[in-house]
Parts: sequence; C-alpha cells; structure tokens
Amino acid sequence: MAKSIDISDVNIYYGDFLAVEGVNMTIRAGAVTAFIGPSGCGKSTFLRSLNRMHEVIPGARVEGKIVVDGQDLYDPGVDPVAVRRQVGMVFQRPNPFPTMSIYDNVLAGLKLNAGKMKKSAADEVVERSLRGANLWNEVKDRLNKPGMGLSGGQQQRLCIARAIAVEPQVLLMDEPCSALDPISTSAIEDLIHELKNDFTIVIVTHNMQQAARVSDDTGFFNLKATGEPGHLVEFNPTKKMFANPDDPATEAYISGRFG
Amino acid sequence: MSTLEEVQTRVHVSLVQPRLPRQAPTIVGVIALSFGALLLVLGVGVVSATVLGALAFLLVLPAWSLAIEGRRGATDRLMTGLIWTAFAIAVVPLVSLIWRVVSKGAERVDGVFLSYSFFKTQIDQPVGVYHAIIGTLLITLGAAVISVPVGVMAAIYLIEYGKGNKLAKAITFLVDVMTGIPSIVAGLFAFALFTLIFGPAYVSGIGGSVALSLLMIPIVVRATEEMLLLVPDDLREASYALGTPKWKTIVRIVLPTALGGILTGITLAVSRVIGETAPLLLIAGATDRTNMNLFDGAMTTLPVLIYGQNLRGDAPAEAIAWGAAFILIVIVMVLNLVARIIGKIFSPKKG
Amino acid sequence: MPPPNDEVTAVTAPTAETEDVSANWASARAGVGDRIFAGTALAAGLTILAALAGVFIFLAVKGASGFTKPTEVYGPHAESFLGYVVPLLVGTFTASVIALIIAVPLSFGIALVISHYAPRWIAAPVAYVIDLLAAVPSVVYGLWGAFFLAKQLVPLHVWLHETLGPIPLVGELFGEPNPAGRSVLTAGIVLAIMILPIITAITREVFSRTPRLHEEAALALGATRWEMVRMTVFPYARSGMVSAVMLGLGRALGETMAVTMVLSVGFDLSWNIIATSSPTSIAANIALKYKERSADLLNVLVATGLVLFLMTFLVNFLARWIVGRSERRMAR
Repeated sequence: MAKSIDISDVNIYYGDFLAVEGVNMTIRAGAVTAFIGPSGCGKSTFLRSLNRMHEVIPGARVEGKIVVDGQDLYDPGVDPVAVRRQVGMVFQRPNPFPTMSIYDNVLAGLKLNAGKMKKSAADEVVERSLRGANLWNEVKDRLNKPGMGLSGGQQQRLCIARAIAVEPQVLLMDEPCSALDPISTSAIEDLIHELKNDFTIVIVTHNMQQAARVSDDTGFFNLKATGEPGHLVEFNPTKKMFANPDDPATEAYISGRFG
Repeated sequence: MSTLEEVQTRVHVSLVQPRLPRQAPTIVGVIALSFGALLLVLGVGVVSATVLGALAFLLVLPAWSLAIEGRRGATDRLMTGLIWTAFAIAVVPLVSLIWRVVSKGAERVDGVFLSYSFFKTQIDQPVGVYHAIIGTLLITLGAAVISVPVGVMAAIYLIEYGKGNKLAKAITFLVDVMTGIPSIVAGLFAFALFTLIFGPAYVSGIGGSVALSLLMIPIVVRATEEMLLLVPDDLREASYALGTPKWKTIVRIVLPTALGGILTGITLAVSRVIGETAPLLLIAGATDRTNMNLFDGAMTTLPVLIYGQNLRGDAPAEAIAWGAAFILIVIVMVLNLVARIIGKIFSPKKG
Repeated sequence: MPPPNDEVTAVTAPTAETEDVSANWASARAGVGDRIFAGTALAAGLTILAALAGVFIFLAVKGASGFTKPTEVYGPHAESFLGYVVPLLVGTFTASVIALIIAVPLSFGIALVISHYAPRWIAAPVAYVIDLLAAVPSVVYGLWGAFFLAKQLVPLHVWLHETLGPIPLVGELFGEPNPAGRSVLTAGIVLAIMILPIITAITREVFSRTPRLHEEAALALGATRWEMVRMTVFPYARSGMVSAVMLGLGRALGETMAVTMVLSVGFDLSWNIIATSSPTSIAANIALKYKERSADLLNVLVATGLVLFLMTFLVNFLARWIVGRSERRMAR
C-alpha cells in the first residue's frame, strides 16, 4: 500500500547552518504532493530528508520526526539503507548507470536485495517496471543497449522504472523535468498521474503550472529573509492554493510578483 | 495495472532491520586488541601478534554482522575493514621511511656537514656534502634552464597555435611517451650523445642537465598546457577585439593569467628531477671535490653521493648517506611547499 | 593550411608556422612579431620531437653493435645477447610483478579511503602526504630498503621458507632464503612502496570524479556503501584504474636505484623469489656495470637500455590507449 508521511517539527542542518526550520505536514497516501518555492528555499533539501539522502552530504543532519507507516525514519534503530528501499527517488537530471544496459539499469536496485534472480522473474520485473514508466514500447527491442543512448526524457523514465522496480511505498521526485524539453515533460507528467495509484508521490518543481497540473496538495516553501532558514509557508490542497491561498506571500509568489 | 495488486499485497514493511549496535566496531576492536596483547604475553612475536589481532578483527566483525544483519551488511563491513586495513598497511612503511630518514639523518647534519666536501687537504679534516649540494643545485639549475623555455613554448604551440593539427597531436603523444621514459634510459641517451661527440671518457655536469631535462620537459609541458587551457577564451577574444596581435595577447594576457599554475608546475618538476640518480651516475660521474663548472669534469650530486655511500656500506658511510638523504628530502619538501605557496599567491583573486 | 581570408594574411602568413595567424586585422608590423613568436613556439615543439627521435637514434647507433658482439663480451654467464638479456628481463619482470601484486590492492584501498570512506579532515592531509611521498627520491627508498627494510624482512624470509617451502609448486617460490634479506621479494616490496603513491594518486583522482548523481542514484535504490562503490565507482573508474596500474608497471620496470641498492645480484634463473642471488633488472644492471667502461660492454648495455625503452614505451602506450578508448566510448 502507498503510505502517508507525517512530518513534525523537522529542522534540517548543513553542519551548523540551519537550512530548513520547523516543518509540519501530512503527506497523503496515494496522492501527488508538490513543493514549490523560490531557489534556495530548502524544498529539495527537505525532499532529500524524506529518504535520508540528506545525510549523505558530510556534516548534514536532520532533527524532528518523519513517520512513514508508523515508523520514524530517524529512529536510531532504523537503517537508512532500508529506508531508501521503501522511499525511492528520481533526481533532477536523469542518471542511468552509464556502464549498464537498459535491462540492468532497471534491475540494479533489485539485484542488491535478491542476489541471483531467475531469468524469467527478472524479465517480468523489467517489463512490468518499464511498462509502468511508459517506456516499454520504445525500448523493448533494445533492452541490452546502454541506458545512456536514450534521449533525456527516455532516460528520466528509465530512472523512474529503476526506482519503481524496487516497489517502494513512496516516490520522491526532485525537479524531474527541469532538464527536459516540453514533450518529454508532458510524458513524465502523464506518468505521474498513473503512478499515484500505486505510490505516494512527492515532487519538487520550479514550474508552478506543473504543480497545478499534476498535484493534489501543494506546499509553498520560502526563506524568512535572505540568510535565514527556509520554512513551510503554506500547505493546502492544490486547488485552494492556486485559487485562494491563505497566505499573502503565497499569492504573491503564485501570481509571479516575486521569486 | 499489474503493480497495483502487487503493491497492495505488501503489508507493513519494517524499516528497523536488525543491526549491530553502533559501538560494534569498537567492541570488536577492543576484543581484537586484547587478543593481540594476550598473544604477546604468551610469547608470540610483535609482528605475528599484530597480524593475528588484525585478522581477528577482520573476521569477527563480518561474522557477527552475518549472524545479525545478513549477507549484505556483512559484505559491507568486511570490505570496509579490508579497505581500512590496506590503508593501515601502506601507512606503516611510509611512516617508517620518513622516520628513518629524519631520525638518522638529522643527527648527522650540522654546519660542518653542510660546508665541507669529501676532499681533504689535511689528514684530520672533517668531511661533508658541500660538493654534492653544489652539484645538485647546478645540475638541476642547468636542467631547468633547458626545460623551462622549451617546455613552456612547446605548450604554447600546442594550445595557442597547433590546436588539433597533426603535428600537435604527434607532439602531445610523444610528450605522453616521454613521461614514461625510465630515467636510466635518459642517462644512456645523454651518455651516448656526449660520448659520440666528445669521446668515450667524457663526463660533465651539463650532460646530467641534458639527461634530467629529458625527464623534466614533459612535466613542464603538461603543467603549462593545463594552465593555458584554463585561461578562458573570452580573455583572448577581448584582447583581439582591442586590436592586439596574437603574440602580444599571449605574452601580456594569457601567460600572466596562467603564471601561478605554470610556476607551480615548474617547481614540482624540479622537485621531481632533483632526486634522480641513475642518469647522473652515467654521465656526470662522481668526485670528492667541489666542482663549480657545469661544462668541465665530474660533478657529484646528493643522490649519487647517497648511492656511493650505500655501496661502501660501512657505518660512517651509512651515517653520511642518511644525512645526505635528509638534506635531499628537505630540499624536495621545501620545493613542494614553495610550489603550493606560489599556487596560492598567484591563484586568480576573487572579489 | 586553411585558405587565407584575404590579401593581408596571404602576404603576412605565407609559411606553415604561422598558419593560425589568420586575423585579417593584423597590421604588417604585428605580423612580424606574430611570426617570430609562433616560429619559436613551433621550434620548441619540434625540439621535443627531435629529442625523442634523438633518444631512439643515439641508443640505436650506440647499441646496434651490442646485439651481435663476440661471445666473450657477454660472458661469463652468457654467450649471446639473448642469453645476456633474458635473465635481466626475468629479473625486471619478477620484481615488477611482485611490486604490482602488493601495491595495486593497497593503492586502491587508500584511494577509496581518501575518496569515499574517510571524513574530510582525515582524507585531505592523507592525500597531501601521499603526494609528498610520490616526490621522495628513489635513491632514498633504496637506502631505506638496503639499510633498514632488508634486515626487518629476514624473519619473513625464514618464515616463508619454512612454512610455504615444503608445499609443492608454491614451495618453488620460497627456496633457500637470503640471510640478509636482500632478495627479489625485498626489492619488489621496495618497488611496491615506491609506485604506491603514483597508483594511489591516479585512482584517487578517477574515484573522486565519479558523478555524485550516480552515487546518489545507487544510494537511493537502497545500496550499502560498498554496493554503491561496486555499482558506480568501479565501473566508472575502470579504465582509469587499469591505466594507473600500467603506469605503475612502467615506473617499476624502469626503476633503477631501488633494485640496484637492495638486491644481491646473481645469474641463476630460478623461481625462488627469496634466493641468495637472483638476476637483477635491466636498469639496475646498467647502473652496476657502466663503470667498467669497456667499449664493447657499453654497447651491450646500451642495447639492453634500448630493449627497456621499447618495453616501457609499449606499456605506457597501452595505458594511454586504454584511457583514450574509454574516453571515446564515454563520449559517444
């Protein structure tokens, strides 16, 4: 089952620098939640704290509670490796493994856990994941070609296939369309609509139209002031957010008056 | 959609995998340490005890992890252990080398050691390595005088003029080849060249300089090339747009911008060849006297002197060898430090 | 030469040296300066060509007769050039291979510690120290090997002989040990310590150039650190690792002093790597014999130098080729 995420009082640091302060929200299961806000407001940083990728950066740490399926991700007993298996991630720029074929790229995560797989089972996973990422028809004849040979949009869908092959509960997307052309972007947006049946999706985007198109809920992040930490200004259903936001700052941002 | 049922059949997945306590490596480390100490008490040698203790650590931690965390965790811990062990093993000889040179060398070095040569005018005159220090400095200076102009100009040709043409590609390739020339071959070349011209008994410092410059040129070319590539084309174009001819653009704009990096490269190249022994054995010979003339007669350098003392092998010779090695290392380290400082001073200023 | 843009360039830049001076705004006077400067640069480039050709030509001229001298010149242990050079080749390769077997895994380990395992405050100074060690003169390594390490390794020699000696096949490697520890094994260990900084410096560089994006992709899929290294760092760095090993090998093959100073020389060809006397390397042999200055023997030595030159040339060429090939592949 797709899982909801309960976030309470989260502070995120780079060393001594407080990057994001005091975030509280509940991300609904099986829905798309978008984070918008100006550059440097901490929305990507916050996204990366949802699968403990933030701490990969030396000196980076997170305070507070992020609860998925009744378990706090930052509980001392929790293994970050296990978290990342349950909370998958798609990055800003497509990053298929350059030395692996399309087929191996899809299986990369599964092979870690399962060790040896039966060929038929592996074939099935590859087909299902690539179909899930709307890529199967384009690549089914060249599964053994390198993943780097695909176009940017195809590579990004390959990365989505790779992420969903592990069958996570949550899928994080960090500006997945920012390096893509409009047609590829539209293909990814269609895909997001389909994927939300199976996964809880959290997406960071710079593009407000995109947030309006794909998301059910939207969170607006902003800096309190230059040099101050980022914080969550408003979190509401997307429809309300874009029609009648609670906070004047949100309205100013959405109507393009700053940011 | 087929994944839907799949996903719904999955129920609660625990994120809390069984894990070793955070202090596990410390605990096992202490156990391994006491195991080694126990072996030591039982009369096993220091080396064996260390090896066995380390082995114990390397095996126990993954085994424990295998029992609790499973195969993947165990592999991760084993590899982490092996990687750090490789690191530790490599550090031991390197530290030992530095320690030897410093402790043995420093006690032999004093004012007398630095200011007297091997050549005795009186029977009880003390010996020192003055002649070898002079030889080292002169021969290396000679090598630098040959290599720096050739290397820097060649790099300018490669980057500013010959970009992509066949000759430039050939030169780039040969520079690569030259970086791999064994130093003794460079010595043989100088030896063959000079003895063909001046007769079989020829020895001189300049021959050594030529051999060393063969080793130094590729390093200078590489460093200069890299620095010139870093100079943005905007700068060149801005200068052309002012009506400056190309050569003035290179001399006034490009080279000054790259100067810090080039100087650093040259300094590192000098520190690289200053310790060369083999080529100088062949062509510069060895002498006990201080020879100030690069173009006439044998000239001893510090590395050659160290080698000679090693051949003699007796205790005073060994002491002199360590002393000379200490001076040599200090020179090399100072050069490296100077290179870093130059790099810092000349690095493009920000803000 | 590209067709000149107009009359001015055609006049001021008629020769090949100045082919790049095609700026049609150049005045005639500046054109002279440009031609002189460009000519000097080209001359410097040609000097490099000439120098390398010179190395080959002079070695060939001096060494050619060394391949076919009367039998007695090669004596007392050999009768022909082949008989003279083969033990030396064996010596060269044995020491180098031992050095590689020891240095390669250690170097990769250190490189990984610096690039991925250690926190920055350890990694940065360690990287600096390793770079410094690459600058330590070979004669100092040789001195340390001869006066210190050899003695320390005597127990290891005895232990290897007693423990592994009786085993068939493997035992061949560990026959009667050298009482002073001055064996091929010791020389190989010294060589290993010498090439360690070189291999480490290169692999560290390629390891740390692994795109962060790929590493994060692996971690986000739930990889442990070692799995991340295996999935992203090694495949990405493979060609760099191979060429680092080749460059290390090239350095070990041509290294003179460490072997000269450490090894006790003999001419018995055997598998025993801890023997009392073993064939030395080509480079070391030149350093040991050049003093005799008999014209005939010198020719032979130069000829062996030529063999060494071609060998290291080949190894370095292979290393470059591997790197170049993978760069082309990555670019595609």
